[in-house]
Amino acid sequence: MTTYTPAPGAAPLGRMLRAQTALETKLLLRNGEQLLLTVVIPSVLLVLFSAVDIVTTTGPGKRVDFLAPGLLALAVMSTAFTGQAIATGFERRYGVLKRLGASPLPRWALMTAKTGSVLVTEVLQVVLLTAIAFALGWSPQGNPLAVLLLLVAGTAAFSGLGLLMAGTLKAEATLAAANLVFILLLLAGGVIVPLSKFPSAVRPVLEALPISALSDGLRAVLQQGAAMPWGDLGILAVWAVVGLAAAARFFRWE
Amino acid sequence: MPDHAPAVEIRGLTKRYGAKTAVDGLDLTVARGSLTAVLGPNGAGKTTTIETCEGYRRPDAGTVRVLGLDPVAQASQLRPRIGVMLQSGGVYPGARAMEMLRHTATLHADPLDVDELAERLGLGSCGRTVYRRLSGGQQQRLALAMAVVGRPELVFLDEPTAGLDPQARRATWDLVRDLRRDGVSIVLTTHHMDEAEQLADDVAIVDGGKVIAQGSPEQLCRGGAANTLRFQGRSGLDLGALLKALPDGSSAAELTPGSYLIEGPVDPQLLATVTSWCAQAGVLPENLSVERRTLEDVFLELTGRDLRA
Repeated sequence: MTTYTPAPGAAPLGRMLRAQTALETKLLLRNGEQLLLTVVIPSVLLVLFSAVDIVTTTGPGKRVDFLAPGLLALAVMSTAFTGQAIATGFERRYGVLKRLGASPLPRWALMTAKTGSVLVTEVLQVVLLTAIAFALGWSPQGNPLAVLLLLVAGTAAFSGLGLLMAGTLKAEATLAAANLVFILLLLAGGVIVPLSKFPSAVRPVLEALPISALSDGLRAVLQQGAAMPWGDLGILAVWAVVGLAAAARFFRWE
Repeated sequence: MPDHAPAVEIRGLTKRYGAKTAVDGLDLTVARGSLTAVLGPNGAGKTTTIETCEGYRRPDAGTVRVLGLDPVAQASQLRPRIGVMLQSGGVYPGARAMEMLRHTATLHADPLDVDELAERLGLGSCGRTVYRRLSGGQQQRLALAMAVVGRPELVFLDEPTAGLDPQARRATWDLVRDLRRDGVSIVLTTHHMDEAEQLADDVAIVDGGKVIAQGSPEQLCRGGAANTLRFQGRSGLDLGALLKALPDGSSAAELTPGSYLIEGPVDPQLLATVTSWCAQAGVLPENLSVERRTLEDVFLELTGRDLRA
């Protein structure tokens, strides 16, 4: 016969972190809408715009050499910002964050696990997009370390903004706003359309957006072979600090 | 370690939301190993009180200690020792039932056997169903399983049987009884009087943010208005001798010829007095019935019969 005699206690921290990260990643990869956003859209855009001359690209090399860095930036934004904001917004709405708040898992460990699942997803996205880009004849330049640094800084910047949105707005508002921002930044953030095509009056504003800094920085390294795009990294670092600080300050768990 | 401390000790708890006072100087003590039912109309302050114990709310005034710990300041020590069932939600909409239960178990050092627990609560057949496709009753039972899987010392169950069918309700009651048998302290809120009567060692009736009555179900039902005993027999029996034998404050009357009503503190002793008087009079009492107040009567007397907003 089962006995329910109390034997309480938290699992070791490492086990909790691994389990939480694995669960968050599984749920993310199982979600159809999320996959559309993080996998299908960047892949389709990469293939479509590389193959068809809809938008005039800039810089040296083939069309794919311009587009691949932009779509890597889009992939980071789709997972760290849009996907994370929508998922976390609904977790908040359905009391998941509240219930986990009463479990032995510390809150910082929950956020660490979320970051872990974002990073795992991004690795899968980068592998997929890189494979597609190579198939399209991509010839990347530059220092892989600089690329890694840009991706990490971009993830931090977008995570801060995504969690800020998820932790302060209603779930439905987050869903709508996160998708709207995704489309606007896709069009006006240098992902597919070069920023040089925009009027010079708005260009300084667009260049300060995190998506522009990430796509411009990745392009500087991968297309033009630049060493380390400090300017773009600086912009991303500022967004990361401001976004994460605001999220930490204003995030509501219920 | 303050391990001799009560499971829950609340003194003068006050919690306001804007201009509204949800909890207004509430006192409540829950003994270790006991099952306390918190009863009250909607908006009485039950959930706010429970959620303050769980560390979700900070008291505006008063003190709350759970297992001797401050639920906010000592949350990291307290959380592994308690089990929490929220009134609704708490599960990823896309997570499968067993996946979530297994995950919750993984967060604890020495959890229960997950499959056995799921089987017991009738979750075996829907283990692979994602949470948002479970029925309301299945969602409730999953939340209950998640609250107890970590072998807590103390569980808080906020309306654990709301919306359950009779079988599921019975399964929940059986599990709650077994938890109590094995020494788990339990605090549950409910709207079901029979649930409180069946399960609770102690009932706290909450209204207007205060505990307005507390005691065992028997104590609560005994107080206040009298209980009654009815029987039928030959008409015209001499009630004078009976009244002398009955305790003070009792009354006896022949309502209609041959139909008798005794009012007073109805207990086994009183019943024996009445039947021995009948025996002496050579009367066989027919349709003898004892009517005690139910907890529902007590509850409605205390909280009024008006519908709450």
